Amino acid sequence: MHHVIELEGVAKRYDSGGAPVLGPLTLSVAKGEALAVTGPSGSGKSTLLNLVAGLDRPTEGSVTVAGRRIDRWGERALATFRRAHIGMAFQFFNLLDDLTVTDNIQLPARLTGTGRRAAEARADELMEMLGIQKHARAHPGRLSGGERQRVAVARALVNRPELLLADEPTGALDTASGHDVRDLLTDLHRAGQTIVLVTHDPALAAACATRTIHLVDGRLALDTCAGAAR
Amino acid sequence: MSPFGNGALGRVVRSGVGRRRVQTVVIAVATMMAVASAVVAGALMVAAAAPFDHAFAEQRGAHLTAQFDPARTSAARLAETGRLDGVTASAGPYPSTAFRPVDRTGFRLPTLTLVGRLAPDGDVDRVELASGRWAGEPGEIVLSPSFEGPGVEIGSALRASGTANGPALTVVGFAVSSGRSADAWTTPAQVDALAAQGGPVTSQMLYRFDSSGTERQILAHREKIAGSVEPGALLGTQSWLDTKRAADQGAAATVPFVTAFGVLGIVMSVIIVSSVISGAVGTGLRRIGILKAIGFTPGEIVRAHMAQALIPASVGIGAGVPLGNLLAMPLLADTESLYGTVSLSVAWWVDIAVPAAALLVVGLAALIPALRAGRLHTVEVLAVGRAPRTGRGRWAHRTLARLPLPRPVTQGLATPFTHPVRALAMLLAVAFGTAAVTFAVGLTSSLSAVGSSQDPENRAAVTVTTAVPHTIAAPPPPPVGGGEQPTPSPANGETAEPAAADPAKVRSALDSQAGTASYYGTLRTEVAVAGLSGSVRASLYEGDAREGGRAMLSGHWISGKGQVVVPTRFLERTSTEVGDTIRLTHERESADLRIVGESFDTSANAQEIHADMANFPSAEPSTFLVEVKPQVSADAYAHRLAAVVRPLGGDATTTPPAERKGVILVMDAITLLLTLMLVCVAGLGILNSVVLDTRERVHDLGVCKAIGMTPRQTMALVLSSVAAVGVLGALTGVPVGYALHGLVMPVMGRAVGTGMPSSVLDVYAPVQLLLLGSGGVALAVLGALVPAGWAAKVPVATALRTE
Repeated sequence: MHHVIELEGVAKRYDSGGAPVLGPLTLSVAKGEALAVTGPSGSGKSTLLNLVAGLDRPTEGSVTVAGRRIDRWGERALATFRRAHIGMAFQFFNLLDDLTVTDNIQLPARLTGTGRRAAEARADELMEMLGIQKHARAHPGRLSGGERQRVAVARALVNRPELLLADEPTGALDTASGHDVRDLLTDLHRAGQTIVLVTHDPALAAACATRTIHLVDGRLALDTCAGAAR
Repeated sequence: MSPFGNGALGRVVRSGVGRRRVQTVVIAVATMMAVASAVVAGALMVAAAAPFDHAFAEQRGAHLTAQFDPARTSAARLAETGRLDGVTASAGPYPSTAFRPVDRTGFRLPTLTLVGRLAPDGDVDRVELASGRWAGEPGEIVLSPSFEGPGVEIGSALRASGTANGPALTVVGFAVSSGRSADAWTTPAQVDALAAQGGPVTSQMLYRFDSSGTERQILAHREKIAGSVEPGALLGTQSWLDTKRAADQGAAATVPFVTAFGVLGIVMSVIIVSSVISGAVGTGLRRIGILKAIGFTPGEIVRAHMAQALIPASVGIGAGVPLGNLLAMPLLADTESLYGTVSLSVAWWVDIAVPAAALLVVGLAALIPALRAGRLHTVEVLAVGRAPRTGRGRWAHRTLARLPLPRPVTQGLATPFTHPVRALAMLLAVAFGTAAVTFAVGLTSSLSAVGSSQDPENRAAVTVTTAVPHTIAAPPPPPVGGGEQPTPSPANGETAEPAAADPAKVRSALDSQAGTASYYGTLRTEVAVAGLSGSVRASLYEGDAREGGRAMLSGHWISGKGQVVVPTRFLERTSTEVGDTIRLTHERESADLRIVGESFDTSANAQEIHADMANFPSAEPSTFLVEVKPQVSADAYAHRLAAVVRPLGGDATTTPPAERKGVILVMDAITLLLTLMLVCVAGLGILNSVVLDTRERVHDLGVCKAIGMTPRQTMALVLSSVAAVGVLGALTGVPVGYALHGLVMPVMGRAVGTGMPSSVLDVYAPVQLLLLGSGGVALAVLGALVPAGWAAKVPVATALRTE
């Protein structure tokens, strides 16, 4: 089975000598899998996501994503890798307020060298798919929370990444918008997208994920696919 | 392909520049101001450094100006002297004469060297027209601009003094000879016509040599020339080295203060530009985090931040260069007349060096924060977002909260401790702005004190002359570039002057005139000093002349017979000191006088000594300077007195308000301009710092407003955050400006060969210093007013959403 993510004995400490905030943890995520990471605050969910995204480095162990071991790479290599293979959606959207919706979505595509027309076409396709086309020329500040999260997801998908990471994607949304995003993630997974979803919301995890892991104090307390956890 | 790499980077840079308008505008305007003031300061420093050399080289000035007797040598023989060994170019012979004109108001100008030349150009001494045109026909005259005035302008007619039927010459232009080859020019035929009426005629030759750097070389050439013409044919010569020395002394005074302003401007610009760009990184943390999260490499982040600073800075630099040139023009025009040159322009290399240096400074200023941005840890910046919580300044918040002040004020006062580096930059901006204003105010007051100390006569309420104006020689024009003034001399053919009033009768009229408080008589004359060649200008006083006394550097003003007061340069020239005795000869009377004081005299080449008239029994005052009693109108007094003294042959007028001399006007203008620019740059720096702070804290402000802080309290919070910095900046800036003034003024004095009296140095009153300090606080508060208003107005919901 092809694994998009392979973590081997991964641990993360912020204070040398102190207890790890995460791990040691060994975990694999298969292609096409939708993994929900749940747990209380401070359990290491976001740390896990950051390690997988290459935004942070583990203190111990190895992180392999899309077949490449990334835990010792430099910033430049990580950035290049991230824009090609990983899409990220954040709780607070993290859109660039000074760019329009379409520019926000196109940005990662243009970074990889995609031509302007191709990037525009891909952005249009995603906006249509996510129902935000009418806001193409608007700035994010004018959109509702749900719409902003759709823009963030569209931006995350623009380069057709092998892996979509979503950190509390409904955390800042009202119930209706939260349902929209939940449906969106479900649809994406059905279309074959590999997803790692960090959430506090058991309903979201149940609706979108094919597998759930539960972290407590940085350690794996539950894995609904016991065969995958070691 | 965008100049910033791929399209994504270009898009990010464009949006960063376009949407962050305050930052972009502040960078552009601060850079523009800094570059413009640097261009002005640079241009003036270059012009002041060697104005004579520039003009002399451009005009191919004469290394030697020689006057020959046409009766002893021929024009052909003179022309041959131009082919002597070592002579690289020559011009002439031009007919030349001494001409003492009277203007249409009846004022007699000093005796002018009038040269007949068909054209201003030639191989040597390419005279430059400052205005009007060259004299093309007899009856026309072109003058040096130093003679321009109300009675002498283009179109005015000048008549030879004392010749009622003499030819009238119409002024058709003003022109400058940097080598001072003549005071006026006309056609050769006109010179011949004046000579026919008895004027002395000489032939002028102008030479340039292959070696002319030393007096010895010039003398060697002079001997060769003298030997090549008939004995006694060479009447006199003028070396360019003497002219240069005099001109350089005039220019030297401006160098120290232009340098001081230049240094102030450059240091402040570097601080402001650096702080603006550093601030851009500080407030862009969240943006940097997002860019990194979606795949921007550290290199791309660095390039984006460099570009975001360099684009507006380049626009500012592009606008600053022409603005600087534009602002420098009127100042250079003033400098031209001051130095006796024309066509002073901003040196080409200043226009290249200043923008290049500015770009380098901006580049370096941007590079450090940009590198920091590139190195920032993605997770951290995404987590801390817009308002990083460093934990700095918490103690300040706790301590200041105990003060018996409103909470918004104590909160504002603690703000600078949260961002110490930014607060330091703001403090430096206020300090430099205050220092510049303090220095400028001191400089202007000192220059004003110098001006009035050099014109003591202007302090008298009424001036009584023993002759009516058209029979009195006009005061000589200001020295051209510090050079020697044309010395009035009797012109041939003059008729006898009308009789002057008897000083005794004028004295009697003054004594009997109601309203007279006090008066003293003066005579401006020339005396011989034993051991010195040539004559020295002297003012002789009758009566209590304390009112007209000059500022003293040491010793005291004359208090009676047997005493003399001399300027510093006189002491140096005669190797004497206060307490020594010198012998003076006026007309045929000699007196041994003790030097009792050293006077403050800035006229480098025409310094004046002062003595009691009683030392020379035959001397009589030509002018009486009168003080009137309180409540007596000076105008009415002068009117009544004139009615009495005019029939005697004299006149009485109120003393016109002192006109500031050229050099002081130029310095005042430069001071005002540079100060305004420095204050603007400082204000922009403060505005930017407060904008950054307010933006960063807008969420906190939203929280405060949500829990009940009123817009007025919000405004108080933001303004009090700069008030403390303003006070500290003022407390630093005022002493710095004060010290700078104390440093620069003596240097300026030394440049013109004098010390500075306390009246020139001690110009700051305590109240004035207090006001200057308040100005620093006002500068800080004004810079913060716009962002404070924005913070007060921003809707709570918007502020809270800004997370």
